[in-house]
Amino acid sequence: MHLLEPRANPSHLMRWSGPPIAILLTLLAAAALFAALGKPPLQAFYVFFIEPLETSNGWSELALKASPLVLIAQGLALGFRARIYNIGAEGQLLMGAVFASGVAIYTEGMEGVWILPLMVLAGALGGALWGAVPAWLKTHFNAEETLTTLMLTYVATYLLSYLVSGPWRDPGGTNFPQSILFGESAMFIPLFEGLRLNSSIFITLLAVPVFWLFVARSFRAYQLTVGGLAPAAARYAGFSGRAAIWMSLVISGLTAGLAGAMEAAGPVGQLTLSLSPGYGYAAIIVAWVGRLHPVGILLSGLLMALIYIGGEAAQVSMQLPSAISWLFQGMLLFFLLGVDVFVDYRFRRRRDKRLMVREEAGA
Amino acid sequence: MNEPAPETPAARTVPPRLALWNVTKRYPGVIANDDVCLDVMPGEIHAVLGENGAGKSTLMKIIYGAVHADKGHLIWNGREVHIANPAAARHLGIGMVFQHFQLFETLTVVENIALALEGKFDLKALALRVTEVSAKYGLPLDPHRLVHSLSVGERQRVEIVRCLLQNPQLLILDEPTSVLTPQAVRRLFGTLRQLASEGVSILYISHKLHEIQELCDRATVMRGGRVTGEAIPAQETSASLARMMIGRDLPVCVSPPFAGEQTPVMEVAGLCYTNEDPCCASLFDVSLTLNAGEVLGIAGISGNGQAELLAALSGEILSAADAIRIEGKPVGRLDAGHRRDAGLAFVPEERLGRGAVPAMSLTRNAMLTAHRQAGMCRHGLLRFDAARSFAERCIARFDVRCGGTETLARSLSGGNLQKFIVGREVMQNPKVMIVAQPTWGVDVGASAALRQTLINISRTGVGVLVISEELEELFEICDRIAVLAGGRLSEAVPKDQTDAERIGLLMAGNGLVAETL
Repeated sequence: MHLLEPRANPSHLMRWSGPPIAILLTLLAAAALFAALGKPPLQAFYVFFIEPLETSNGWSELALKASPLVLIAQGLALGFRARIYNIGAEGQLLMGAVFASGVAIYTEGMEGVWILPLMVLAGALGGALWGAVPAWLKTHFNAEETLTTLMLTYVATYLLSYLVSGPWRDPGGTNFPQSILFGESAMFIPLFEGLRLNSSIFITLLAVPVFWLFVARSFRAYQLTVGGLAPAAARYAGFSGRAAIWMSLVISGLTAGLAGAMEAAGPVGQLTLSLSPGYGYAAIIVAWVGRLHPVGILLSGLLMALIYIGGEAAQVSMQLPSAISWLFQGMLLFFLLGVDVFVDYRFRRRRDKRLMVREEAGA
Repeated sequence: MNEPAPETPAARTVPPRLALWNVTKRYPGVIANDDVCLDVMPGEIHAVLGENGAGKSTLMKIIYGAVHADKGHLIWNGREVHIANPAAARHLGIGMVFQHFQLFETLTVVENIALALEGKFDLKALALRVTEVSAKYGLPLDPHRLVHSLSVGERQRVEIVRCLLQNPQLLILDEPTSVLTPQAVRRLFGTLRQLASEGVSILYISHKLHEIQELCDRATVMRGGRVTGEAIPAQETSASLARMMIGRDLPVCVSPPFAGEQTPVMEVAGLCYTNEDPCCASLFDVSLTLNAGEVLGIAGISGNGQAELLAALSGEILSAADAIRIEGKPVGRLDAGHRRDAGLAFVPEERLGRGAVPAMSLTRNAMLTAHRQAGMCRHGLLRFDAARSFAERCIARFDVRCGGTETLARSLSGGNLQKFIVGREVMQNPKVMIVAQPTWGVDVGASAALRQTLINISRTGVGVLVISEELEELFEICDRIAVLAGGRLSEAVPKDQTDAERIGLLMAGNGLVAETL
């Protein structure tokens, strides 16, 4: 009747081997795909995964792209542990960017070391606010956060679109829907001459150990985990379900908002419609592939960044469509979820009648 | 009804109604049935006796086709059969009344019965047959009543009548009395004897020795998935049956008198709770006083407000501030965590998923409620060494058999996990301890240890409140007993001033008259 049955003792080793196996399967599937497109798979892999890392610019781009992914995923993982599924980090990122850009636009022409910190704070606040809305909806109306967070992403997109094509459009520009270019005081400083990598990376580098400490040692994170694993046990122990919802959504909104500020005041340098190449969505995959563990997320964030950069390289040098990066992301998540099923469950073979008889004869 | 087996002289060679040969069923990590043999004669009431987890229910599900054996043979009236599914079992003439009823609450009795029948049916004619069969076997039922308005005893009648309408030759009853009052049990036994006299074989699954001695012709005793003996219950004593069932003598609890002062530690006054779901129980004006040094029992059948009362006492449901007081302090508006701060400890009915987090180690499960008392949490950070030493002490003091503090809660047996949870709560030096179904699904040895623990902790000056469906258990450990029926709590009476009979009447929802019919 049942094709899958739960394993009595899911292997710990296999649980951690899951992500590498999923990566391997993704590569195999990708090889088949490249072959079907008439591209030699080995060359494609070279372009995708090796070539970008042969230059210092490649490494700079890798860190630049991994930084927001890792930061957002840290916040998301916190909620995922409590089974509070914020899938609207993209919207929270955009709101963070909008708030931070607001500071930059209204301080245009001013100079001062306070502008950038204010932008970072504003970005965090914008993201946190955009995360607080679904938290409020959930605690007051029991509205499913998976829907509200996603829907609010569209609201954020339209708000951004309104701002850059209306009140915040660059008056000296060419009527493109984008804001002014930010001044030097409203930008993160580049770390190396000629590379785009900037000082915002330190925010992420600080966030990893902070989240690690929080997850591994704090009573709050313990409460969140209990709430996710056994909601009735959390109620029994008197852990507040509302606090868990507020904390998960506000913190994950905050990290996404920070990432938005980092993008606007970093590589983009202005508010535009194409501010984020889907970091908020990709971070969901980063969090799961990293097994919701702060260090695992660091590694999976680097991998996801490589897929982004490799995808761009493949478009240029192999004329592959831009959808290739999305395809990689999708396959990675698909294979990971598939592998996870087999960590916890196993196939039960349909019983063979003849085999049974033989067993009995032997017994 | 089914034709009784013809009692001709040749009938002494009648084959058994059902025989099981060497039935084995394995689940991942456990052998539920190991080489089990069993036979039931026509018209025989045959007991299958064993503790929780002995493999009784799995065996019955195999007979009913709900589970398939890995090995072994089923012989039905002398012919080997393969029972593919419950429909095939019904077709052969096997009926089963499950421990947990399988009824739709929003449908009427006759609609529920019609759902189980194959082919076309006429509701009117069926209603007549229901009335006819139920009158014949002393199972009065109104076919047009909605199931949610029926008492538990009446719901069981629906299940039985549903089986009887299919003219069974074998009726399986899985722990049928766990939800019945002593009076309803007697009525059920009358019905079963009548059925047996007409040639219907009955498989009666229970762990209650006195019932089996009263009702059954023969008994097959199971332990750990194996058959450990066959007996004629009338010729055995409870002690000898118990030895077969658990492999040693039944342990007994001792209740020394309490030396200290009997001051109230928890007072509940006029506690009300209206459940939004009309199919669930509400609480009406519940009042009780729990004293230091006593074990107070609340008897009653689950579904009469037990879950709601527990949630209201533990703080998972809030009530008026002074509806509940702990040591005089109103706690009705406090949540579960703050009530623990006020000295409340609570052991819930569900161990896995509520009393403990299945996928967490015992160390981490110790933190679940003990984080406040034992210095496990400082400046918002957890101290795992403190939690580990707490778990170690709990394991040693309460004899929790497990692979150490890093074992996952879900890998412990029910009894050992319960010992750990009770121990965790006891070690926090509560003033009030509330325990729901303390020995549900726990083996006899661990049950005795748990009961003694509860008595002992009360004698140190703690007020212990036990909510249980098992009357015998309450009479064994409690000083006073009250009954919760229909959301109303009766007055608590000292144990020696009442008996199972009187408690049974109260459980039926009426202080004076037995459940009518």
